[in-house]
Amino acid sequence: MLIGSNQQPLIKWTTRGLYCEKGDFYIDPCRRVDRALITHAHSDHARVGMKSYLTADAGVGILKERIGIDSSISGIPFGKHQRIGGVIVSFHPAGHLLGSAQIRVEHRGEVWVVTGDYKITHDISCEAFEPVRCHNLITEATFALPVYSWPDSQLVFEQINQWWLNNQAEGRCSVLFAYALGKAQRLLCGIDHSIGPIGVHGAVEKMLPYYRKAGRAIPEGLLKANAENKEKLKGVGLIIAPGSVQNTPWLRKFAPYSLAFASGWMAIRGARRRRALDRGFVISDHVDWKGILNTVDNSGAECVGVTHGYADALVRWLGEERGLRAYEVSPKYAKDRPGEEAEK
Amino acid sequence: MKGFSELYLSLDASNRKNEKLAALRNYFSVVPPEDGAWAVFFLTGNRLKRPIRMTDFRKWAGLACGQPAWLVDECYNHVGDLAETLALLLSERKRSIQIQDRPLHQVVQEDIIPLRDLGLEEQRERLESIWEHLDGSSCFIFNKLITGGFRVGVSQSLVAAALAELANVEPAIMAHRMMGIWKPTPCAYKALFTGAHSEDQSAKPYPFCLSYPLDEIARSRLDTISNWQVEWKWDGIRAQLIKRGNEVILWSRGEEMLTDQFPEIVEEAASWSGSIVLDGELLAWDHDSPAPFSELQRRLGRKNVSVKMRNDVPVLFMSYDLLEFDGVDFRNKSTQERRSILQSWSSGISSRYFGISPLIDACSWEVVLRLREESRRRRVEGIMLKRKEAPYHSGRKKGDWWKWKVAPYTIDAIMIYAQLGHGRRAGLYTDYTFAVWNEDSLVPIAKAYSGLSDLDIRKVDRWIRQNTTDSHGPVRVLEPKQVFEIAFEGINESKRHKSGIAVRFPRIIRWRKDKLPKDADSLKMVRSLLAVDS
Repeated sequence: MLIGSNQQPLIKWTTRGLYCEKGDFYIDPCRRVDRALITHAHSDHARVGMKSYLTADAGVGILKERIGIDSSISGIPFGKHQRIGGVIVSFHPAGHLLGSAQIRVEHRGEVWVVTGDYKITHDISCEAFEPVRCHNLITEATFALPVYSWPDSQLVFEQINQWWLNNQAEGRCSVLFAYALGKAQRLLCGIDHSIGPIGVHGAVEKMLPYYRKAGRAIPEGLLKANAENKEKLKGVGLIIAPGSVQNTPWLRKFAPYSLAFASGWMAIRGARRRRALDRGFVISDHVDWKGILNTVDNSGAECVGVTHGYADALVRWLGEERGLRAYEVSPKYAKDRPGEEAEK
Repeated sequence: MKGFSELYLSLDASNRKNEKLAALRNYFSVVPPEDGAWAVFFLTGNRLKRPIRMTDFRKWAGLACGQPAWLVDECYNHVGDLAETLALLLSERKRSIQIQDRPLHQVVQEDIIPLRDLGLEEQRERLESIWEHLDGSSCFIFNKLITGGFRVGVSQSLVAAALAELANVEPAIMAHRMMGIWKPTPCAYKALFTGAHSEDQSAKPYPFCLSYPLDEIARSRLDTISNWQVEWKWDGIRAQLIKRGNEVILWSRGEEMLTDQFPEIVEEAASWSGSIVLDGELLAWDHDSPAPFSELQRRLGRKNVSVKMRNDVPVLFMSYDLLEFDGVDFRNKSTQERRSILQSWSSGISSRYFGISPLIDACSWEVVLRLREESRRRRVEGIMLKRKEAPYHSGRKKGDWWKWKVAPYTIDAIMIYAQLGHGRRAGLYTDYTFAVWNEDSLVPIAKAYSGLSDLDIRKVDRWIRQNTTDSHGPVRVLEPKQVFEIAFEGINESKRHKSGIAVRFPRIIRWRKDKLPKDADSLKMVRSLLAVDS
């Protein structure tokens, strides 16, 4: 593996996850370790059972909600340098969801950045992505194929509003599937809440206080989507719920309805059709192909590690078309790309 | 083309039949006949002859969007639809030119069809300039029209239903008007609404009456056997033989014209006096019983049938229904009446190329059940049940025609390879290869794509991603751990397959999580099924 200027890479892949030996910590570890630095609170990055957690201040509340209030979780302000072992660590906004961070690690002037999940497009529900200069960038590649190119999110919100209005005209409830943490709140901030009553699933609602506390524009007067509010929502309401509720009795309460899914995967027709959805809205909290290339350019990195998703395509492209040293961080099939269910 | 793109997108976006019907109605109510004719052409499953080679098409699209060929391939593997992949990649270009909207018939007649006659370099330039003028969805539709395979989840009968509403006629009448080879001309389109007899009228087949599958439980709910006409279910190609005047035409159920491929049958029919339309089955015939389906396959897809082929694979038209006689449509008569007319008519026919599907004289369901067990030995697929009082329906109508097939062969096999699916299964590993034991090694026995539930497909997909040991291009080599029950209809010796065996219509019955790899079947066991089938 070709990494960095040193013989020993500053951050390397182990079976427990990304490891920094000089600082003796793991980033988003997948097994139990003593010291975990967490980019964000989604379950494939923040897992239970670590002895101690460090995450961005802005993400501490959500992480506690996810991992458990009793866990040893400390926060650090964005941009603040902190020495851990022999390295200097800082967290920088990743724009993925509220409090999500890229992690910068510096050792004797050599700088590495682990992006975690990120996006560079506009999102009023969280901190804006901050480009960080580095020598070695480890980027995600969930949507690293040029077929993925996100439309302007404002246009997508208008599409959602229009779909909601059309459903109202036909006396149908609008059910919008979205990941319960991050995407759901982004949608709540972006849609036109004057159109009608909005119901939220419990998993979505649980996260709202953190967003409100952070001053994010979550509309007031949201209804809990349950049997009690059924009559208020039926025919006119918009319900935001995780995709896992499809084909459940919970959902049938609100029939008749139109089903839609808000996800980057919806850019591909096949993904939408096999879920038997009425609509798919292309809105992602991950970076698209061009966004990754921009991020790589802006970082100034000469060496790029790739995790998740379409790592092989991105690695080959960066090597052949940009002449960069690029490599897959995790072994080829150890962490394969998820299906569209798993976008977080 | 915008109208047609929008129609496509709304048909594609909806899962509701009524919405699709409304979208079709809205489109056809305003479309000019020139475009309507092409819309009917594409929506009913016709495709243009490919004007360019697919490899060139792919290469040029890659060039136009500035991506290396390997990355275009990678994207295609992921998206599972070439037209869509290229439209997505092309939509990324910066364009300097105003997007134009041109009518569908112009795009087809002036852009697509003439491509065929151009040289390679001209083709490329022409394509680039067309792409330049198309917006995202029109680009996708344009690519679809070029690559063929225009499937959008509407059946011919749905298109017929929409047009029938606009023409204010019964759907069955519209379905009939649409039958046969569709000429995408304004004249043919207008004739759909006026019912005017075009010159091809005499060649038009009737819509086929289709049966529903029956199982033992549904069978037990049927009324007394005396209400049912019982026949063998032949294992050949369903066909309609039309003899009107001196002209004879043979249509398959997929509305393919088979006239040229079965000359002996056509010659025989030409010698009959009067006019008649028969429903029946094309079979490869071996003295007094059907030959395996694989024999019949040798006769298909040929432009000319040689004398040798005629001798090697004798064929027969096994007739089982009479739809029209001397110009009179008999479809509303009862099955029993039609049968008796068929029988009295055929008594005057004696030919080695023509037969009447015999009625099975059974006094009870028990007798039928017992006879059904003989299906394999008789080289038939099972039993057909037709209600004696039923008319000849258009299309699939539940209740009057049942197919009661013999249980398929089943084996337990191990999943060894997987490939990404296409269309609605794009991005998921859904194309599997299964193997059985040959001593201590595994030998591939069948590929199967269907049979698993959506939930199982996702679980299997996840398992595949976590248990890949190697890959050859798009094919993943898997840990040989998962056992599946595979069903198939027939089995034959084959020189082309490593196992020496070809199975017909293999599909997955269930995921045998309760079985270990060692419990899977052996090649020896599979070979033993050959004996039963031949």
